[in-house]
Formats: sequence, structure tokens, C-alpha cells
Amino acid sequence: MTFSVVVEVSLRPGIADPEGATIERALPALGFQGIANVRAGKCFRLSVEAASEAEALERAISLADRLLSNPVIEQSTARIEASA
Amino acid sequence: MTMRVGVVVFPGSNCEYDAASAIEAVGASSEFVWHGATSLSGFDAVILPGGFAHGDYLRPGALARFSPVMQAVEEFAHAGGAVLGICNGFQVLTEAGLLPGALQKNRGLTFLCQPSLLEVASTRSALTSRASVGQKLSIPINHFSGNYTCDDATYASLVENDQIVVRYVENPNGSRDAIAGVSNVAGNVVGLMPHPERATSALLGSRDGLVLLESFVSGQLATR
Repeated sequence: MTFSVVVEVSLRPGIADPEGATIERALPALGFQGIANVRAGKCFRLSVEAASEAEALERAISLADRLLSNPVIEQSTARIEASA
Repeated sequence: MTMRVGVVVFPGSNCEYDAASAIEAVGASSEFVWHGATSLSGFDAVILPGGFAHGDYLRPGALARFSPVMQAVEEFAHAGGAVLGICNGFQVLTEAGLLPGALQKNRGLTFLCQPSLLEVASTRSALTSRASVGQKLSIPINHFSGNYTCDDATYASLVENDQIVVRYVENPNGSRDAIAGVSNVAGNVVGLMPHPERATSALLGSRDGLVLLESFVSGQLATR
């Protein structure tokens, strides 16, 4: 089966996020009030061939750990979006 | 005997000619090594030059670390060979796990291309064996992701093992503790964001990179 998997990569807590901080600083000038703790990250959509959802997630997480994220500063999560 | 330095060329490298020219200016010979190469035998030292290896897609260095040559670089480094990563080369070495920490986007999200004043923090590395601690060097930077980042435990081990090689006098990019370059514990693998190969002639505005490259090709590693 083919599973549609979404992998989200974000900076680990405590790691400074210059992109998020810059976005956050721009918000008041654009009229957005009351928005804080902006953290920027990346989102990947994958079509994964696997026998089960669990296996699809396992393969996506393995890819995320090896390539899509840098574990030194980033963490990643994977979820099934919908079976394609 | 003349030192032979391999200059690794990834698709997207763009400082390999500067690096080769600077290496020859300090009396060593250089040869380009394509990223598909699987051996570095015959070389006394290796440079990973600046540029945008594999387009810097995903993260700088993230794809380059999987180039076949990186297996050879890892073996070369583990055997004690001198390895220098400049700018993008530094990013590749951190992604490959050969150097601690990571390079994030600059604070302020600005691409920085300017002279920078560095202060030598350790002479224990292959890049600084002929410099002196506290020595000030004017060497240009040219990067978007040069913001050196690591967790507290890694930072403590950097300090404890004297792995911080050079710092910025005025932190331009938000790097932790103004770190501009680090080494591995042994000191034979060094990475830095500034470009010593672009500071090798008064005509270029500075000759301060020479002492670093002379250290690198001297084959000397100050013992602890």
C-alpha cells in the first residue's frame, strides 16, 4: 500500500530560532497582535510504500532522522495524512 | 617533501580555485578531488572548500555528507589526517558528524559578505599551530548560515577540550560565544566560517590567512 506521510521538522526546544524570531519581530508592524513564541520549521510530504501504517511511519522517521533533520539541533515527527 | 593537499569539489563548490591557489602560495601542492572519489590515498591533507554543495538544498551540507568522497574523508580524519572545512566545508563537516555543533541561519537572516576580525582562541589545532593565542586576524566572511549553535553539554566539552579555534571579535551572526571555528578533540579536523584563502595577499586586503594555511600545510599538530 501507499501511505501519505507528513514529516515535520522543527528546532529542538532551547535552540535559538533566528527565522522564527525575525518573523515574530515583524508581526506588530503588520498589525498582528497577541502572537508569540513563533518557531519556524519544515514540512515534508511523502508517499511511502509499506505493508502497514506503522511500517510507513517507521520508514519516514528513519528517513527524517538520517536526512530530513539534523538531530544536533532539530527534532522530527511523522504522521499519516490519509491513505492514498 | 612538498605537502600534497586534496581539494574536494562537490557540485556547487565555488571556492576550490581560491583554496588551491592559496595552498600553492604557502608552498604546498594541490589537486582537485571530485566528490564521487572513494579514496584520498596519496594526500597529506584535505580541504573542503566553500560554496553551495548540492545547492545547499534541505540544509547546507545535508546532501553533501552523503557524497561518496565523505566516507574517504571520514577514514582520513580518523587516521589522523589534517582536514579543513572552510565555510560550506565547515557546514559539511558538522552535518557529517566530524565536527560538533551545527550552523544555523545568521541572526537577522542577513547574508553577510564583509571583512571580519578574528581572535585565535587555541593553537592546538592543525589550522593554528603557528599562530598565537589572542592573535587578531582580519579574514573575510561570506555566508548566510554561519550562526554556530550547539547544546550546553557540547559547549562545555568544547571549552574543556580546547576545541574553540577562532572567535569573532564582534559577533556578526549570532554564533554561540562568538565561535567562528572549531576543531575535533584531536585537533586534526578543523572547520571555520571565515575564508582564510581569501586573505592571502595585500592586494586582497589582508594577508592574515597565510599563518593559518601555513599551519595547515606544516603537518604539525601541537600536542596537548
